[in-house]
Amino acid sequence: MTNSPLGMARAALLSPTGLDEPDLQAVLDQLMGHRIDYADLYFQLSRHESWMLEDSIVREGHHGIEQGVGVRACHAEKTGFAYSDEILLPALTEAAGAARAIAQSGRKGSVQAWRQQAGQQLYLPIDPLASLQAGDKIDLLRSLDAEARRLDPRIQQVTVSLAGVHEIILLAASDGTLAADVRPLVRMSVSVIAEQGGRREQGSGGGGGRVDYGYFLEEERGLGYAREAVRQALVNLEAVAAPAGTMPVVLGSGWPGVLLHEAIGHGLEGDFNRKGSSAFAGRIGEQVASPLCTVVDDGTLPGRRGSLNIDDEGSLTQQTVLIENGRLKGYMQDKFNARLMGMAPTGNGRRESYAHLPMPRMTNTYMLAGEQDPQDIIASVDKGLYAVNFGGGQVDITSGKFVFSASEAYLIENGKVTRPVKGATLIGNGPDVLTRVSMVGNDLALDRGVGVCGKEGQSVPVGVGQPTLKVDSLTVGGTA
Amino acid sequence: MSQTPVSKPAASPAFDTERSISVVDDMLAEASRLGASAAEAAVNVEAGLSVNVRLGEVDTLEHNRDKGLGITVYFGQRKGSASTSDFSSKAIRETVQAACDIARFTEADDYAGLADAALMATEIPDLDLYHPWSISAEQAIELARDCEAAGRETDARISNSEGAMFSSHDGLRVYGNSHGFRGHYPRSRHSLSCTLIGQDDKGMQRDYWYTIARNPAELEDAEVVGRKAAGRTVSRLGARRLGTCQVPVIFQADVARGLLGHLLGAINGNALYRKASFLLDQQGKQVFPASVRIDERPHLKGALGSAPFDNEGVTTRARDVVQAGILEGYVLDSYAARRLGMQSTGNAGGVHNLFINHDSVSFEDLQQHMGTGLIVTEVMGQGVNTVTGDYSRGASGFWVENGEIQYPVEEITLASTLQSMYQGVQAIASDVDRRGNICTGSWLIDQMTVAGE
Repeated sequence: MTNSPLGMARAALLSPTGLDEPDLQAVLDQLMGHRIDYADLYFQLSRHESWMLEDSIVREGHHGIEQGVGVRACHAEKTGFAYSDEILLPALTEAAGAARAIAQSGRKGSVQAWRQQAGQQLYLPIDPLASLQAGDKIDLLRSLDAEARRLDPRIQQVTVSLAGVHEIILLAASDGTLAADVRPLVRMSVSVIAEQGGRREQGSGGGGGRVDYGYFLEEERGLGYAREAVRQALVNLEAVAAPAGTMPVVLGSGWPGVLLHEAIGHGLEGDFNRKGSSAFAGRIGEQVASPLCTVVDDGTLPGRRGSLNIDDEGSLTQQTVLIENGRLKGYMQDKFNARLMGMAPTGNGRRESYAHLPMPRMTNTYMLAGEQDPQDIIASVDKGLYAVNFGGGQVDITSGKFVFSASEAYLIENGKVTRPVKGATLIGNGPDVLTRVSMVGNDLALDRGVGVCGKEGQSVPVGVGQPTLKVDSLTVGGTA
Repeated sequence: MSQTPVSKPAASPAFDTERSISVVDDMLAEASRLGASAAEAAVNVEAGLSVNVRLGEVDTLEHNRDKGLGITVYFGQRKGSASTSDFSSKAIRETVQAACDIARFTEADDYAGLADAALMATEIPDLDLYHPWSISAEQAIELARDCEAAGRETDARISNSEGAMFSSHDGLRVYGNSHGFRGHYPRSRHSLSCTLIGQDDKGMQRDYWYTIARNPAELEDAEVVGRKAAGRTVSRLGARRLGTCQVPVIFQADVARGLLGHLLGAINGNALYRKASFLLDQQGKQVFPASVRIDERPHLKGALGSAPFDNEGVTTRARDVVQAGILEGYVLDSYAARRLGMQSTGNAGGVHNLFINHDSVSFEDLQQHMGTGLIVTEVMGQGVNTVTGDYSRGASGFWVENGEIQYPVEEITLASTLQSMYQGVQAIASDVDRRGNICTGSWLIDQMTVAGE
């Protein structure tokens, strides 16, 4: 079974250092001798590369390797954690000794026998770094640069980057989990500066997923990112000051789904709800959105940037309904918080690397399609904002206040999209913003695959999506 | 702090200095063997512990041990780089090889290369950055527990907690290049923070406070950290919104730090040569009112941003960035400097202790001077465009009338341009926040647009 993720992970992570599964069992056994309820070992080998083009030459390239093992021991609500960048038995034993210090020695817990679980294959266990020759990677970068410069003479600066990760993880836990995953991830980004009459504006494009580099050559996707960056920069050259105040806002489909990620996603992560620090704590079953809204977190979308075959605790990812027809349905859980809350894990236990503790995190978070024609949604607004691209967002999960920053937006006047306006921050209150959603489009789209989510200093790749939707009132932070 | 911390050398340092230096030597020798015309290598190692105590109980106890090495090779004007966390000789050889393989495919860049040999630091002063603290996990837990407990006892409206976190880390930095430069120095960093949640009939609010220092003796008392976190949290309860208006704004010192951060982004050589800055070609021009001076102090003893040399071995020097409101200098590494026809300012990797001068006024004076307007205590989101200077962010803080705080505010946005915010600085208070690489007091800015209900 060397072609299975588990076989590949054994070969990459354990065999080179002479470790075998009985060794892992022994370390877990040692951990569980100290009143520990749960313990796990997370092995990781990650190879990554990046290439950068600027001024029409590929002037930088980088190759990196990270590997190590993280050892976690949990006792009631306490967690002990240590890690080592040496995957060797003495280092593992030492880390285990440090992690178990969280509990006094006492009653011996038990390590369950490994259980095989049925897997899922949402992406192939490939090495994307090897999917193109180096010369072809250079050519790919150059082709995007040439495309951006060809499209308009006002394009003054073009920066293109290509990045790939080949990650292999293996997880062994006291609850009998022995699981592995091979995770490819690629991304391309284009950033341009357009200049006209002394005014300079930026535009950007990009995408990717758990695929190989061939993805960027298919359907001219890479060239499409360059075209998108140029289009945005040229639109911004014409932008006037954004309005200030509260008004109807129509959000475009796709990436504007960052609204859902900030406004409700973080607030529905299990840890914040267990601790009672989320504005959504204790509100399951309540109406928190208009009946038009159904929002899910789904780690099982094939090839998507936010998808995982298994999460970083070995649980299968799944589709979790967060809000159903406006009612709060459930939280996103890792094993630790699920156990303490008496709920089931939802495959949302994620970590940045072996050197970080897992916690509940989003995967791909999106709103299901409604029935309205997007054109009708815009036509319904007398005076408002149509925001189609965003830079990112942030939320205070306790007060519920969230922001997200538009990078491309237009005025809607008398039901028609008129002038482009400068980027502006939109601000709202998570637990009630979705109650003011009055129209939901039939055009559900997911983002192109560039999202990064940060929480407590840890970054993980995520996806978002939504159909075009109308929020009856949202505060727009312009100057006009 | 309830126990006075005593700084003493740890029983065994968290890192092996000799070994780390020899890793840099080995990488440079291997690069030379593989035919590189120039190379530079760096090693960073760090170890320590972090504990989080929540509601009086240990939440997490983490033992951290990180190391990494990186190499950049040049074959003429072609460049490649690679990194790994594995210090074995096999991994070193493979990593240098990977960097060389990359350099076969990158293209010749006229501006690529090491910093000029003449700029290398010739002596490495002791900047008092290393105060290891051999604190046990039990002591660390006690400290965090005292901090959180003091905060929770402060006010009955403190209903919950995200805990108090203590962390202590020691590390070593080594850098060398094929000019023959070798430099290394150890450093330490200790911090304690507390995040509390308050509740009233309008809902929950949270806020935090923290202390951080290279020397444990300079940390704020644990109880003080807890009480400040509690005070900040309850002061936010009952927050209201504001109507859309144009008002003067005070950025509290810890938030004003971000405004200087945006300045650094705009005068960074990488943004300038890409023409991606609203301060393009502004050297020698008036950017702030004439009363403003901003300077860099890289050799300040024991400071968080101090460094004897930058990430290219270039000696760091004290200098003015803004003098009498005029932009005197950019923030340059050697690559950006060559692109701009200038010389490195010793800022590969960033600035080292940036200070803005302050007026002889307290925060309360600033508030009186403002009369009616907004105090900003938190900003949210990414709405800052360094290319155009456009500024639009979420904010919370306090509404002030006739110099008196009226009520807390939230769910509003603040907008302007950085150009007019910098020109509109009316006064800077003496309440300098030194908890970072950028040190500033609170700013009073003449006018910004607030958007609300």
